[in-house]
Amino acid sequence: MMKPLLEVENLTVAIGDEPLLSNVNLTVAPGEIHVVFGPNGTGKSSLIKAIMGLPPYRVTSGDVRFEGESILELPIDERARLGIGLAFQQPPAVRDVSLSALGIALGIDKSRLSDEAAQIGMGGHITRGLNDGFSGGEQKRSELLQLLLQRPKLLLLDEPESGVDVDSLKLLTAVIERLFQRDLPIRERTVGGIIVTHTGSVLKHLHATRGYVLVNGRIICSGAPLDIFDQISENGFGNCLAEAQIKEKTHDFLKG
Amino acid sequence: MTSSKDKLDLRKVGYDETGETPRSASFLIEDDTTRVAASKERDLVMDSMRRTRGDYPWVKDLEWSLVDPDTDEFTRLVASHENPAGNFIYVKEGAKIRFPAQSCFLLKADRNEQVLHNIIVLEPGSELHLITGCTAASYSNAGKHIAVTEIFVRKGATLTYTMVHDWAPGVEVRPRTGIVVEQGGTYLSNYIALTRVKHIDTNPLAVVKSGGTARFNSILYAKEGSFFDVGGRINLLGAGARGEIVSRVVAAKSSVISRGLIEGGNADTKGHMECNGIMLDDQAVIHAIPELKATYPDTELSHEAAVGKIAGEQLNYLMTRGLSEEEARALIIRGFLDVRIEGLPASLQKVIDTMIEQAMTKEAI
Repeated sequence: MMKPLLEVENLTVAIGDEPLLSNVNLTVAPGEIHVVFGPNGTGKSSLIKAIMGLPPYRVTSGDVRFEGESILELPIDERARLGIGLAFQQPPAVRDVSLSALGIALGIDKSRLSDEAAQIGMGGHITRGLNDGFSGGEQKRSELLQLLLQRPKLLLLDEPESGVDVDSLKLLTAVIERLFQRDLPIRERTVGGIIVTHTGSVLKHLHATRGYVLVNGRIICSGAPLDIFDQISENGFGNCLAEAQIKEKTHDFLKG
Repeated sequence: MTSSKDKLDLRKVGYDETGETPRSASFLIEDDTTRVAASKERDLVMDSMRRTRGDYPWVKDLEWSLVDPDTDEFTRLVASHENPAGNFIYVKEGAKIRFPAQSCFLLKADRNEQVLHNIIVLEPGSELHLITGCTAASYSNAGKHIAVTEIFVRKGATLTYTMVHDWAPGVEVRPRTGIVVEQGGTYLSNYIALTRVKHIDTNPLAVVKSGGTARFNSILYAKEGSFFDVGGRINLLGAGARGEIVSRVVAAKSSVISRGLIEGGNADTKGHMECNGIMLDDQAVIHAIPELKATYPDTELSHEAAVGKIAGEQLNYLMTRGLSEEEARALIIRGFLDVRIEGLPASLQKVIDTMIEQAMTKEAI
């Protein structure tokens, strides 16, 4: 068994005093892709932002370990330098920093940056302010491009394909496959991650390892990602919810 | 001659004594003594005002034609001098000077009061890039730089005037500048001040005639204990005149007043102004005063102003890519100050880029 990349253990997260996530558990090994489904506003983004250490998310109990070490005390940039990379669903506009300036600051080879940008159709955007006036599709591409340059071991992708057209979707899926080293034999893959999605379109090619349904800050069911996705597509989150309610009642009953 | 230490200082403000960077003409004044006045171009005169007043008496008629000697105590002080030092620059009709001309005002003696009167004339259809560097010989210098400058951009002429200020924490600076842009002429001013200074106040006025253009860009990084009152005024006097004022201000433990006034006074005139400021701490003050004045119905004037701290979400975003908070902040500030200036020769843009780079590395932000 390979050492896990990420272990999320009984993670409970709040903003101020308002609880957002409760007792979340999941473990990602190298080469694995875990997919989190759930209705809007249910805590999916909060989960990956809390793993990244972004404010205003506050871990009130539980632990997050990266390669066996707790990272809860580390600032965002140290988590990034360890090898954690996040693609934002809606990245903020940073008007005064271009991708090319960011690349220089990070010590990324200039020609590598322009080659990667050109391949992803963002060659004309590298001298513009980050996300400043970018369309939805351009924002998604820019996020993945930054991850390509960063080469993280653990990928946290927040709705990487939402709101993009069919052509862009193809391109984005190909990039995500590259990020997850889908061109390598399984045992040579070192990158793993979590994808938050509600469309599931990325699943067709990626063969994700495990799927979860997150509702009201709790994982209410988990299983084979495509099974879960099919169920959600047919019946919404209803089945999962019913199952969870039964489990909860049984639990209460057994507790007396 | 200047010492080797001064040479280093002068290169910082774009004045190259080594000849490595091609320059069409050079002028260097130390306190009120002219050290260098030389031009390599037949059509470009670069001289001291004291000599010019003797050689070309008509220049005397230009003095005080754009700046009122009664404007304030500093203009009165310059007017009270019988024969003040200064720089005279003259470009002959139709001459397009290929390499930039450079001038430098050096404050060398401690507690000195440098009083100057400069005249710049571009005859019709001529073109010049001018870089002026103003600096104090030593960081601990105290002194005053008081300069009246009158600039005449004749019909169809183009002047880009890049001014770099690198003073010392004890220096007071009072430039008083008037510009006239004749029909179809262009005046483009870039003002860069990124180091500590006790006091700078300057608010040049450009009067733009028909079809002419005036633009003021200022890039200011006000560091601890500095006071800046920096602005630009453009009077769009002739039909079809254009004006633009762009200012970028970063303030740390300092006070900045960033002024701008565009007046539209004729048909088809257009003016736009942008005043943006970043506050780095709670001891900084940025007071942006963008003003538009329309005195004719067919004028189009607009402005935008934004002042505030760097948004936390921007810092966090850059931190997710692996930059520390300080690195992220510096990157944003550098980008904010990096105004690409249209029509500026690469060698002058390089001076500005280097200054910004130095301002970012010299002190912790």
